[in-house]
Amino acid sequence: MLELALKSLANRKLTAALAILTVALSVLLLIGVERLRSEARASFANTVAGTDLIVGARTGSVQLLLYSVFRVGNASNNIGWDSYQALRQDPRIAWTIPVSLGDSHRGFAVLGTTGDYFRHLRYGDAQPLTFAAGKPFSGVHDAVLGAEVARRLGYQPGDRLVLTHGSGEGALSEHEDQPFTVSGILASTGTPVDDTVHVSLAGLEAIHAGWESGSASLLAQSGLLAEGVSADAQPESITAFYVGLKSRSQLFAVQRTISDYADEPLLAILPGVALSELWALLRVAEQALLVVGGLVVVVGLFGMLAALLTGLNERRREMAILRATGARPRHIFTLLMGETVALVSAGILLGMGLLYLLLFACRPVLRTVYGLHIGIAAPSATEWLLLALVLAAGALSGLIPAWRAYRSALADGLTLRV
Amino acid sequence: MSAALELEELVFAWPGHAPVLDIARFRLEAGERVFLHGASGSGKSTLLALLTGIASPQAGSIRLLERPFSTLAASARDQFRADHIGYVFQQFNLLPYLDLLDNVLLPCRFSARRRQQAGDVRRTAQALLAELDLADPALHRRPVNTLSVGQQQRVALARALIGAPELLIADEPTSALDGERRQAFIDLLLRLAARHGSSVVFVSHDATLAAHFDRTVALADLNAARPEADHA
Repeated sequence: MLELALKSLANRKLTAALAILTVALSVLLLIGVERLRSEARASFANTVAGTDLIVGARTGSVQLLLYSVFRVGNASNNIGWDSYQALRQDPRIAWTIPVSLGDSHRGFAVLGTTGDYFRHLRYGDAQPLTFAAGKPFSGVHDAVLGAEVARRLGYQPGDRLVLTHGSGEGALSEHEDQPFTVSGILASTGTPVDDTVHVSLAGLEAIHAGWESGSASLLAQSGLLAEGVSADAQPESITAFYVGLKSRSQLFAVQRTISDYADEPLLAILPGVALSELWALLRVAEQALLVVGGLVVVVGLFGMLAALLTGLNERRREMAILRATGARPRHIFTLLMGETVALVSAGILLGMGLLYLLLFACRPVLRTVYGLHIGIAAPSATEWLLLALVLAAGALSGLIPAWRAYRSALADGLTLRV
Repeated sequence: MSAALELEELVFAWPGHAPVLDIARFRLEAGERVFLHGASGSGKSTLLALLTGIASPQAGSIRLLERPFSTLAASARDQFRADHIGYVFQQFNLLPYLDLLDNVLLPCRFSARRRQQAGDVRRTAQALLAELDLADPALHRRPVNTLSVGQQQRVALARALIGAPELLIADEPTSALDGERRQAFIDLLLRLAARHGSSVVFVSHDATLAAHFDRTVALADLNAARPEADHA
């Protein structure tokens, strides 16, 4: 019967194609929403996997997480270098990584840090950073590029680049007087590290000497200031620092110590907890999107149903011929069910195909504009479940035309309605 | 001689209406070819629905091949029809999405018995088509709705006869054909039915076609009820 169903469908190409497309687009939306949701979560969780605490100026914990790790938004306040120096001495702390943000290079964030960044930062399943080429920065004007920065801008070790003061649309003034040299390129991590230009804190100090007003002073433009900056020049402040503990059992004790730090109001967050806060904030929006996706599937199925039901009247002759050649009403029922299931299955396949095509096409945009690292992976268990639900709903809706055809096959018999 | 079809005290009425059929007795011998003359409004369609098991009578019985038929359950009647009855419509007999050969093979999809009797179904179908002057393989590849009406009716005949059903029912199969081809088609139908051992019930309002048949029966004589035209 399936063969007959497929041939009959092929005979109604336009209707079938439209029905398939309707289902495909609704599946695309539903699974697309789910995919973005889960990929965003996985991508964010991967990024902070190896960090126990993030310390910054007192602000909202979600905000601190977003600007210090995901380069979303800006720090409202920095933290003093001396506070950092005092806190990192704590014997319960295994390592710290200071980060200083604010500049950019052709849309990519510039992050000032120390060599500890490459030694201690972990991502994903506790993986360390590795170099695809070159080595960590050693000189003041050395830069280490994330994999995506190097790939997109075509940089090799030894190439020179100029940093831009500030970031975003308004960032216009360039630190032209002090170009940086690429010393190394990191292997891809699938985290914001890939989209970051790493320089030493001293390098950031050097290019900002004489820029206290927010733009280059004449003295700074002369290039004379750069000469005076040594490789161990210390900044006055940093944006935040990441903390790794010797033992995770000390987590809350250390967090309290930092929060109670007397000389400066500081905030220490557990990245995982801050992430859950973020997801809790977004849950309503996420669920609304999923509900909309589900409704679109329902609308899609109704569209298909309308097309199938409209077609039934014109197909009564087909049914009569089948009946005359020996088809029983249950054959007619199976034929119609087979059609619907074939349409929905084709719609699901096409929708998933479109989804992967779209993911593949939109990956760079999602990455650069939204900092989302979307993997092209096989459907997850949740997605399979959603697809199974779509198929089940489709089959269920197929009962309606199948039942109607069954009834009219019984009533019409071999009467040809020409 | 055994009977292909027997009607006994048959009464049928559509729900809420006076009886459209009231037939005291009718018998078709095995191998017999009968011309059933019925003007429109004579209860012809209703009789066909009863003979093919689509409807069942309120009283009386239909026996097919000496077995009870009208008293069977609907699904059993369907099975019986699939196995033992070939059917040809007035026109538009073919499914447009199947090629000529697949159209002929349709009954073999629904009846194991017909499939079995046809043996090598494709070769049997091709042989039947050859007998009907449709041997040209180029024809087999053409969409069926590009065939002429005469060709389509011959394909329908091949389909009705594949797997050698005992009874061939034709409902005005020549009404879409012109005079000359009408005769040729009836000759062909009768010759093939004879070769395959099928009894024939040929229903038409056109009495001039009766000449070739063993027997002619007017439904008006058979039917004691006076059906309303709208249900005929």
